[in-house]
Amino acid sequence: MFSLVRSMWLIFLHMFHKRETYQYPEQKAPLPARWRGRIALTRDPDGGERCVGCYLCAAACPVDCISLQSTEDESGRRYPEFFRINFSRCIFCGFCEEACPTYAIQLLPDFEMAEYSRQQLVYEKEDLLINSEGKYPGYNYYKVAGMAIQGKDKGDAKNEEPPVDVKSLLP
Amino acid sequence: MPIINIDNKNYEVKEGKNLLEACLSLGLNLPYFCWHPALGAVGACRQCAVKVFKDADDTKGRIIMSCMEPVKDQLRMSIDDKDARNFREHVIGWLMTNHPHDCAVCDEGGACHLQDMTVMTGHSYRDYHFTKRTYNNQYLGPFLNHEMNRCIQCYRCVRFYKDFAGGKDLDVFAAHNHVYFGRQQDGILESEFSGNLAEICPTGVFTDKTLKQHYTRKWDLTSAASVCQGCGLGCNILAGERYGAVRQITNRFNAAVNGYFLCDRGRYGYEFVNSDQRIKTPMVHHGPAEQSNGIPILEHVHHRIVPGKTIGIGSPRASLESNTVLKELVGADNFYLGVSAADHDLVSLSLRLLRQGPVRAASLQDAAAADVVLILGEDVTNTAPMLALSVRQAVRRIPVAAAQQQVHLAAWQDAAIREAVQDDKGPLFILSVQETKLDEIAQGAWHTAPDNIARIGYAVSHLLNDTIPEVTGMSEQGRDIAATIAKTLKSAAHPLIIAGYGGGSEAILKSAANVAWALHDLGIDAMLSFTVPECNSMGLEMLDGHRLESAVERALNNGVDTAIVLENDLYRRLNQHSADLFFSNIKSVILLDHLYNITAEKATIILPAGTFAESDGTLVNNEGRAQRFFQVFAPATAVQESWRWLLQVAAASGHTTLSSLQHLDDVVKYIAATYPQFDGITTLTPDAHFRLAGQKVPREPHRYSGRTAMLANKNVSEPKPAEDEDTALSFTMEGYRGEPPSSMIPFFWQPGWNSVQAVNKYQVETGGPLHDGNAGKRLIEPNVNGHTPFYTEVPEPYLPLKEHLLLVPCYHIFGSEELSIHTPGIAARMPAPYLLLHSEDAKRFQVTEGHLLHFMDNGHHYTLPVIINDTLQQGVAGIPVGLPGMQIAEAPQLIKV
Repeated sequence: MFSLVRSMWLIFLHMFHKRETYQYPEQKAPLPARWRGRIALTRDPDGGERCVGCYLCAAACPVDCISLQSTEDESGRRYPEFFRINFSRCIFCGFCEEACPTYAIQLLPDFEMAEYSRQQLVYEKEDLLINSEGKYPGYNYYKVAGMAIQGKDKGDAKNEEPPVDVKSLLP
Repeated sequence: MPIINIDNKNYEVKEGKNLLEACLSLGLNLPYFCWHPALGAVGACRQCAVKVFKDADDTKGRIIMSCMEPVKDQLRMSIDDKDARNFREHVIGWLMTNHPHDCAVCDEGGACHLQDMTVMTGHSYRDYHFTKRTYNNQYLGPFLNHEMNRCIQCYRCVRFYKDFAGGKDLDVFAAHNHVYFGRQQDGILESEFSGNLAEICPTGVFTDKTLKQHYTRKWDLTSAASVCQGCGLGCNILAGERYGAVRQITNRFNAAVNGYFLCDRGRYGYEFVNSDQRIKTPMVHHGPAEQSNGIPILEHVHHRIVPGKTIGIGSPRASLESNTVLKELVGADNFYLGVSAADHDLVSLSLRLLRQGPVRAASLQDAAAADVVLILGEDVTNTAPMLALSVRQAVRRIPVAAAQQQVHLAAWQDAAIREAVQDDKGPLFILSVQETKLDEIAQGAWHTAPDNIARIGYAVSHLLNDTIPEVTGMSEQGRDIAATIAKTLKSAAHPLIIAGYGGGSEAILKSAANVAWALHDLGIDAMLSFTVPECNSMGLEMLDGHRLESAVERALNNGVDTAIVLENDLYRRLNQHSADLFFSNIKSVILLDHLYNITAEKATIILPAGTFAESDGTLVNNEGRAQRFFQVFAPATAVQESWRWLLQVAAASGHTTLSSLQHLDDVVKYIAATYPQFDGITTLTPDAHFRLAGQKVPREPHRYSGRTAMLANKNVSEPKPAEDEDTALSFTMEGYRGEPPSSMIPFFWQPGWNSVQAVNKYQVETGGPLHDGNAGKRLIEPNVNGHTPFYTEVPEPYLPLKEHLLLVPCYHIFGSEELSIHTPGIAARMPAPYLLLHSEDAKRFQVTEGHLLHFMDNGHHYTLPVIINDTLQQGVAGIPVGLPGMQIAEAPQLIKV
């Protein structure tokens, strides 16, 4: 008898506790920054596309839902000619983000991607590219890689000496 | 055989090898950079360090470079020793101090030997915190991309380019930690073998520029074993496809044919497959077939096939299957070989000489092992480039053997042997109409008219065998040349005589056969190598058919209603006048081809035929070696193999024998059963029912990406992948992951070995044949027991005639071949039409360099700019063959100016 009353009392007290239920969709849940949700392609601090079309994300993808074609623009920068993610296949494992050597592909804390038609879940580059540096502000791949692009010649990258004069014999 | 002890385990190894070769042949993983099975060892990179112990009690040992240490019986060594491992890891660490951190944008990534070796040694973090050395890159032409920052100074590039392939414009510059591999200044790499640098370079300094235009990683390529279509040598290639376009051609090792290398025409000439000139849908009267009266395309074809009035024109660039099915469809009486008169005469003579004579045809590797080489009338570098590479190796045989005697070192001691050899060259004699690239390594190179070359050939054979008549009226110089050549040939062990279509003369071929047969009679193991113009010239000639000119005659006599033209541009085979006559005298032309050309404009019905990348088939090379090429990808369009179109046409018209054939195996079996000369082609590759552990062999690597996204833009539901009913290969990544039979290896890959260097794992020993033998089967064997009479009809000497010039053909590696010029890089290196003249002749006709000279041939006017070349004989003029816009001139022939 006592235990019954005690249980009812405890449950009654719960009425005054902080509520864990979110009234979604009116009320949004706060998601941590490292939440693995919608995939986006981010940009360099200078506004250029970060993705260099190295295919590592596609290779890392366990469901093979990323396909792209890399190409090069006139300034010598590589970029994806097209970049397609089939979100109807994606399992949001984040392997692509881990594999990305340029911090281009990032998983964002956003999961609201539902569509009535599966075909709508195929995202092209226009849908994926965002105007932000995402979780890694300040990083610029071409500033550390030895590849020369327009405006950054050989020897201009971080920790690089000026190009060797091959005609010199000086030590 | 010596027994060596590696990590406390005894192994039997082959004598004369070095420890690195021994370890790799045993399947052990030992990192290396500078060593290459074809180039030997120089000990430059210090990567293959192992520990060697004095005896079982020695625990300390000493570190040595395994590539510099010969195998010795009872030798004790350790790969796994801690010091050796540390040493190797540190070497990689040092090599990486200046590496530019750009794998993501490097075309080598994923197929990079440096990546593989770095992982193998365990080096993972850069300990060096100072600045990186950088270099400026060079423009090296349309084929190769240069990125010097990635260099690890292994010296492989210059050792291949200069030492192996005889190139002159790539070298190492500067000193100490600044060494630079490149040209003296920006410019196109001159060597015809420059593309091999992309495979030789263990990292991304030299990469394939055509691949860069449509870049794809190795793991994303759908690949299949194929055979090069660039010339008659039949080099083995791997072709890789992605998104419906062929992306890259790489070498497929075949110890009997091309070994580790390809020429640039073969490597880069593939882009016609992706050309916007491709025929992709069936056409009737130049409109898409679906709209032509609602009748299926095969009905259209069937209506036009009138028995007895339909002829078939075969093609030297179509597979044996397609040609044979066409011959069966129209009947042997109505089958014509789609080759020019000159090509037909030369190739059929070559075939006769190889079949009837007692001397065997040399494979490319046989040629590289020859000790004396005689080239008659052929510019091998342009007509059969890889044969030129073999000749460059052959001239080193005698000096290397002599040096080995002198310094007592194995042949793989590359640097030491080259030092001992210096510039010594073995005997190579060249008789050609003008200077060739090989002249620089020849002991004697002489230039004269084709008939005079043949006369010297006859004179040499007379000196070797008295029963061959003496050549009368020879000049003093001619007699000296013949005597020198004959004397050297007599002392040879494995002499090689090269002739072929490039000389354009039957007399030269006959004299070459005379020389080889005379040597054979002396008990010398002589070899013959006859070059042929196209990838299946020899196969078509073996199939046999009527001459193309007789088809024109028949058409003029109203004997032809319909002509079925198989993968052929008749305007390259006949002169314009005859071709026009032919087409205006027949009612309909049914063309099966892959590119629009002038013949396609004349066609009533066009069926889209598959290129080598969309077809399975068999080709026969100049040596008579039949080789299978596999379809690389399933096209999304109506394109299919020519033989399949023809089988469907046969079925629609109720052909008795052909209607029962459906798949590749059926056709191959039918050919082997019907034509005894092709007996054995059923064994070239395992048939379609072949399975390994119950599975097919996948064309896609296990890390193929994007399967569920590639076509998602069209439809999110993935279509069923294409099935291959013709072969034991699958178009997907599912299947057997082990080593497939050598004839159907789609790509070289082994765990830990992602680059082309993985081929070591597929070989019996490093540089040796693949595990289950070299792919391909020789169909022509010499008539060893029979005796063929020598040729005796010595041609008259060529003397210049007033007002006349003797036109001789000049072939170009870039330009003379029909399909490869669709690659922009190759088209860029193609010469403009010209007329080559001796300066005396130029004076005679009052022209100088650059002036236009006008002449007429068969009603066709030529106006060509003159180029002066004094290596020609007077009265002889060179004319380029096969260039687009260049009307064919039946060369050699006499023309009036």
